[in-house]
Amino acid sequence: MSKIQREPTKLVPIPSVNRIPERDIDKSPILECQHLGIDFGGLSAVKEFNIAIGRTEIAGLIGPNGAGKTTVFNLLTKVYQPTRGTILLDGVDTHSMDTAAVNRAGIARTFQNIRLFNNLTVEDNVKLGLHNSIKYGMWQGILRLPGYWKEEKIAHERAMELLSIFDMEPLAGHEAGSLPYGAQRKLEIVRALASNPSLLLLDEPAAGMNPSETAELMENIVKIRDTFGIAILLIEHDMNLVMGICEGIAVLNFGQIIAKGTPEEIQANPAVIEAYLGKRKEEAK
Amino acid sequence: MKSIKLKQHTKVDFATYAGVIVAFIIVTLMRSNGLLGRSTIGLLVPICCYVTMAVSLNLTVGILGELSLGHAGFMGIGAFTGVIVSQAMLINGTESVSLRLLAAMFIGAIFAAVFGFLIGIPVLRLRGDYLAIVTLAFGEIIKELITCLLVGVDKKGLHIIFNYNGLKTVSDLHLAEGGQVIIKGAQGATGTNTIASFTAGVILILVALVIVLNLIHSRTGRAIMAIRDNRIAAESVGIPITKYKMIAFVTSAALAGAAGALYGLNYSNLVASKFDFNTSILCLVFVVLGGLGNMWGSIIAAVVLYVLPEELRALGDYRMLIYAVVLIIVMLTTNSPQFKSLAGRLSIRQSKKGVTER
Amino acid sequence: MVFLSYLISGICLGSVYAIIALGYTMVYGIAKMLNFAHGDVIMVGGYISFCGFAYMGLNGWVALLLAMAVCTILGILIEGLAYKPLRQATSLAVLITAIGVSYLLQNSALLIWGATPKNYTPLIPLVGPDGAPNALRLFDGQLSISYMSIVTMAACVIIMALLTWFTSSTKLGKAMRACSENKAAAQLMGINVNRTISMTFAIGSALAAIAGVLLCSFNPTLMPTTGSMPGIRAFTAAVFGGIGSIPGAFLGGLLIGIIEAMAKAYISTQLANSVVFSVLIIVLLFRPAGLLGKYVPEKV
Repeated sequence: MSKIQREPTKLVPIPSVNRIPERDIDKSPILECQHLGIDFGGLSAVKEFNIAIGRTEIAGLIGPNGAGKTTVFNLLTKVYQPTRGTILLDGVDTHSMDTAAVNRAGIARTFQNIRLFNNLTVEDNVKLGLHNSIKYGMWQGILRLPGYWKEEKIAHERAMELLSIFDMEPLAGHEAGSLPYGAQRKLEIVRALASNPSLLLLDEPAAGMNPSETAELMENIVKIRDTFGIAILLIEHDMNLVMGICEGIAVLNFGQIIAKGTPEEIQANPAVIEAYLGKRKEEAK
Repeated sequence: MKSIKLKQHTKVDFATYAGVIVAFIIVTLMRSNGLLGRSTIGLLVPICCYVTMAVSLNLTVGILGELSLGHAGFMGIGAFTGVIVSQAMLINGTESVSLRLLAAMFIGAIFAAVFGFLIGIPVLRLRGDYLAIVTLAFGEIIKELITCLLVGVDKKGLHIIFNYNGLKTVSDLHLAEGGQVIIKGAQGATGTNTIASFTAGVILILVALVIVLNLIHSRTGRAIMAIRDNRIAAESVGIPITKYKMIAFVTSAALAGAAGALYGLNYSNLVASKFDFNTSILCLVFVVLGGLGNMWGSIIAAVVLYVLPEELRALGDYRMLIYAVVLIIVMLTTNSPQFKSLAGRLSIRQSKKGVTER
Repeated sequence: MVFLSYLISGICLGSVYAIIALGYTMVYGIAKMLNFAHGDVIMVGGYISFCGFAYMGLNGWVALLLAMAVCTILGILIEGLAYKPLRQATSLAVLITAIGVSYLLQNSALLIWGATPKNYTPLIPLVGPDGAPNALRLFDGQLSISYMSIVTMAACVIIMALLTWFTSSTKLGKAMRACSENKAAAQLMGINVNRTISMTFAIGSALAAIAGVLLCSFNPTLMPTTGSMPGIRAFTAAVFGGIGSIPGAFLGGLLIGIIEAMAKAYISTQLANSVVFSVLIIVLLFRPAGLLGKYVPEKV
């Protein structure tokens, strides 16, 4: 089978396309960012952000603190409107979409500082992820018509199924805000998955986890990708995790991508080493 | 797990309905045996109205999580709409009390909902205290607009004048023979045929409860509470924020309108200034003291806090002072950390800790 | 010329609102609470000064000082007894407590001074001893500005200037700004947060006393509910200008006063409030944090 079957279509040529895994290469990427950028009061927080992510790729976005990684997530999910550039989600420009519409179009995310619906139960949190796949209206709910019972039953079963990814079914009835930290992080992932995304953004999923929890999380991320057949883009500081499961990595520094490639390439890249460790000269001083 | 959980909140819901019905039966029995004084009987309908107000405001404040300081405005719209509907029907030959009450409450609710929608468009774009002040502003505007209304009815239909400069009088309504003036500007509604009844009030409460409680435990209510808990996360799972905020706000306004219609039909004279900032605040106090998002709490708070000042009438000028002191003390004891740590040994905080430590 | 005199009466009314709004805004800035009892502190200020000159025979200005002193203490007391225990509580709980305090003040006033309105003597008599209006005449007497109005406007400008200097240049003022930005950080920097908040209430209440005296000088019927409506208007003014911002409160107060006067003169007396509130709503639609307020987007 020949390589690069992607139609060169109308897409603006990208300086260096992120390396897409072999198995995805004959499909168009799920996400393509072209010249993406945002300014905050004259300061470019992110500029010339070009990236492409394969349909079933696990990609990593790394970089020092304040490099603009979370800003990229906020741009992708339209929490911020980009100042420049295009975001193509499965070939569709998300220009006119708001955060909710982007989610319905296929991007789900988690947050660096956990954002759960703290006063609702774990199950309800997941059901909120399922919100757009539950089909009954307000009056059916108020009048408890058959549609309500049917759809709620399906939603319950689906929620339990999703919670089982992290063996969290026993916690279903607990208030989300009362869960321990690690469980809250997992619940956020489950909730995001519930919204049936084709691209899952994970913002520091391993933050605050110990090595064994991180190892378990790594397995689960791969498992999620395999079961759901979706792409995952994650921000993470834990290099074991990033180098362990990411197939493609982009390194961000001062809002710009300074390197892209496989984990091996990134580890050997002098620019990356410099960004993380500083210049040799300064060290010598 | 689900069946247990479902049972839990369904149990609470049904206990709430049952509580209202039992209270209704007890009060009716006491009344038929002459155990209630005249003044207490006079309180029954307003209590029902304020309970409904508290339940509906709890939807905005407790469930949606937005502070509204103008809820009495919707009540006012409902009240005057209700009075007009009922009087117009009477003039045009509808004698049936229940039919007129039903129509008054229904149309009152619809009018309040329409205003709720129109007000919601600007209001729901704002956040926090800014939203609160704008609801306050709308409440005051509604009150003033009603004060400018001259409304009369005759066989030909309704005659309405918006008397913004105070130059028009009721004679400008040009009512035909047998017509009746319903609203006389600042004097408000006069000569209303008082048809409100306790039974209607209890039915209204039950309907409001069914709507609100079932809404909360449905897909729609979940989305509303999600917005309250974390707006950005709600958006991130694809929930259209404005739509659900609007649903909650309009539903809340409609219920307040229905409560207002019943209230309006309980008095032969009613002025618009009744539905001012203080009434909004009164309802807010019910909601906060009853517990945010807690419907039966709202009901109890509304009943107790409405009856308390009336029963303290014997104390004369001291009663509102006592009311104020009680209010402050209750707020301090239920919210200050010292008291909470004491109460926490018994309640929720402990169980939360238990989970965290696991 | 008629327009000008309406404008001046608007500015004058606006100056009073601005002084009240300054108190509101300072308290909001630091305590992040809507202090609904603020309007009633105005009323207390009015009554105390009334007692000062009517019962104790004090000079109007001394009575003003007395009112300021009493209100300052009252402000500190209210804060310490009712709001301080609720520092960690939800804003709604604090709001309801403030409403409780408001009822408490109104009903205490009702018990002490009765429901019959007191006839308040203006700080500067509107009519001079010779029977002529005590006013500055301009344009051959076509426009007359009472000395009371001039004092009011001057007071407002002076207070605004003093507050600006105070918050930007003094140690306590800087502490206030620090606390309003971030209480925990301010505490770590060695600022006594509780004392700072208490001082803010003291200043706000002293301003309310001044506003009370000025307000009653223009509108001489003093009742237990005198403070509520001006309180709400001033609150509107503070939000209008951007709550938490001192120049915003000043600007908001003036604008609300002018709009109210103009609405009464040219649109409808009955709808004056509606006009004021409509303008507020329209402004907030375009500037969701008020005229001079900073809109801080939520951090994700």
